[in-house]
Amino acid sequence: MAMLHLVNKSPYDASSLETASSIMKGDDAMLLIEDGVYAAVRNGKAAASLEGLKVSVLGPDLAARGIGEDKLIDGVTVVDYAGFVDMVEANDKVQSWL
Amino acid sequence: MSEIKKFMYVNRKAPYGTIYAWEALEVILIGAAFEQDVSLAFMDDGVYQLTKGQDTTGIGMKNFSPTYSALGDYEITKIYVDKESLEERGLSLDDLQHLVWEDEDEDWAEKDSIRLVSRTELADVLAEQDVLFNF
Repeated sequence: MAMLHLVNKSPYDASSLETASSIMKGDDAMLLIEDGVYAAVRNGKAAASLEGLKVSVLGPDLAARGIGEDKLIDGVTVVDYAGFVDMVEANDKVQSWL
Repeated sequence: MSEIKKFMYVNRKAPYGTIYAWEALEVILIGAAFEQDVSLAFMDDGVYQLTKGQDTTGIGMKNFSPTYSALGDYEITKIYVDKESLEERGLSLDDLQHLVWEDEDEDWAEKDSIRLVSRTELADVLAEQDVLFNF
């Protein structure tokens, strides 16, 4: 029973990322969208919260914010909108940490 | 009687998740017409507004980031960026747009608009302002 956790807030402005990462377990996956993508920047303070988690980032939201894929933490995958749909389909439930 | 005041716009929000950044830019450009002594500060998530290479084609929103490079033409030449905020987010000055202005007193020499400052330096800049606008 895997769950997909969506985080759309900046980790430096809201507690969503911290709460989501502390609640994730088993095969759960996280998808960072909108301002949530800032969490995946390699040398950022928030990067530590993602350690050991299965994390993806929405590519169009990264590009909009001028964050190059070369700036991301190793192991984070970049997906497009079709990949977003695939992730929703692949998990039993979706939890949006608004 | 017209007296020139020191106006400071403090920007603390990321560019696309909320409308604050864009609205701030609109107010700054309108305010520039009143010929005050304008400064901008970017701190906390506000530093994200200045990243270079923003491409919004995939999210269907207007990319307003090129507008920052026009600020120099509106005589907005003092753009303070909080160093701590940048570093905490894994960014450096190299990740930001190179913003310049032309100094008419020095044969239109190009000068950097962005001043990377510490919290204490930023506190001093804030203290000397007459009016603060927060976004």
